[in-house]
Amino acid sequence: MFKDITIGQYIEGNSFIHKMDARVKILLSLIYIVILFLISTPVAYALVFLLTAFLVWLSKLPVKYIIKGLKPMLYILIFTSILNLFMTGGGDVLWTCPFLPSLKITEQGLKTAILMVLRLSLLVVVTSLLTLTTSPLMLTDGIEKLLKPFEIIKVPAHEIAMMMTIAIRFIPTLSEETEKIIKAQTARGADFESGNILKRAKAMIPLLVPLFISAFRRADDLAVAMDSRCYHGGKNRTRMKQMKMTWRDGVAAIVLVLASVLLLAI
Amino acid sequence: MIKVTNLSYIYQQGMPFEETALSDISFEIPDGDFVAIIGHTGSGKSTLIQHLNALIKPTKGKIEINGVDITAPDVDLRAVRRDVGLVFQYPEHQLFEETVYKDIAFGPKNMGLSDDEIRQRVLDAMHFVGLSEDLLEKSPFELSGGQKRRVAIAGVLSMRPKVLILDEPTAGLDPKGRDEILNQLVTLHKENENMTIIFVSHSMEDVAMLANNVLVMNKGKLAMKGSVADVFERSAELREMGLDVPQITELTHRLIAAGVDIRPDIYTVKFASEIFAELLKEAENV
Repeated sequence: MFKDITIGQYIEGNSFIHKMDARVKILLSLIYIVILFLISTPVAYALVFLLTAFLVWLSKLPVKYIIKGLKPMLYILIFTSILNLFMTGGGDVLWTCPFLPSLKITEQGLKTAILMVLRLSLLVVVTSLLTLTTSPLMLTDGIEKLLKPFEIIKVPAHEIAMMMTIAIRFIPTLSEETEKIIKAQTARGADFESGNILKRAKAMIPLLVPLFISAFRRADDLAVAMDSRCYHGGKNRTRMKQMKMTWRDGVAAIVLVLASVLLLAI
Repeated sequence: MIKVTNLSYIYQQGMPFEETALSDISFEIPDGDFVAIIGHTGSGKSTLIQHLNALIKPTKGKIEINGVDITAPDVDLRAVRRDVGLVFQYPEHQLFEETVYKDIAFGPKNMGLSDDEIRQRVLDAMHFVGLSEDLLEKSPFELSGGQKRRVAIAGVLSMRPKVLILDEPTAGLDPKGRDEILNQLVTLHKENENMTIIFVSHSMEDVAMLANNVLVMNKGKLAMKGSVADVFERSAELREMGLDVPQITELTHRLIAAGVDIRPDIYTVKFASEIFAELLKEAENV
């Protein structure tokens, strides 16, 4: 049931991108996303596409995985492209609906639709590249470090990172639990698969109530376990594994900054 | 009768994580038998019992229950699950209704029975597990651990299964709660002569007290099957599998090793005390 969830999925590897510092990876991804929304010419998009393809190649991840990550986006992609196709005006009219003259495709509309699909797909590819090559632990550590400066304005950086770590850590546990409860209720004749939407929603109650109770119980247990090991938040806490930036991070940063300047210039 | 022939189950076949959970298991359990399944953690006990009510389909092999092949593609799964009641480990974690009554009635309701019939079955099931009727309208979440577990077991019993399977029914209970559950299983079996009861346990004392026959699982294989006496006689082999024998059996086996002449198939304290009393009498007469 939950086997298709790819959040927090991480594929171990030894590539250039795997070895990069999580903080740098997060920052560069952010810059990449901003650039993606600033550029507008087809040439720039072609270059960004090439850059992304190069990154995927550099990560040595199977392309299959990257494409799999795009699948859940399919409906959003189709929806936005149709919307853009018909709703954007400007330029020559390419096609007019014979029954509904106000419905037409313009040159501008076609262009926007294509660029929008490209933009969204590249966005997903790069963000999944980030999560696929960075272990969840490194990712949250990176976020914590990056949020650290904001502690001056009372952003609870450590707490946010801890909450994310715990949430990610419990995804497999809860999905296992869900499977177990589904089995137990199925053994009592529960039916999760047939019937209309209302009936199916109702059938979820025997699954959701025990699941929530068990989640609360686990949260309670975890809180006690953390307390009994004297956990008291982020102050003065040191790390077993210190994050280190290497020449790779420098190279990557320089390349991306140069690429950004180039992209914004054309 | 339950008849399992050459049952094998492979997790995630064809994937890199492929793992053989059960391999080539065959056994028969006659109606009305009281069977214990013992085995080290990860030996395949839980996987095996989930096959018996078709929650898992075997990779290979056949399972027949009262002549019906439940591995056939066109089998009526609801009928199978009505006949074979499965109580999971920590079954109280699956309680969800507002009242004890509604929770126990969940199974019969899914069977589409009339309200009168449901009520009768709920009351019968509560009686079987020794819950008093004034708990009926309480929330199951207000009860004690032992009571919750009995509500959960009643929730399966109310479907009136012909075969009752319990996965570690006493795990995590205090000694009192444990004894209550065990005694109720004994009573249940006495009052329903045709009901087959199968239970998984890590306590050899419980096995000795309840079961007639034992299946011993080891690394996905059926390592031994036979009467309680036959299985506990092979204490050395059991120990190799990370299992144990009841303490009283351990004691008698040590006495035998020390040269005392007593039978090796003693596994309850009651029986042992009779034997020892005889021994003492003989000693006095000499």
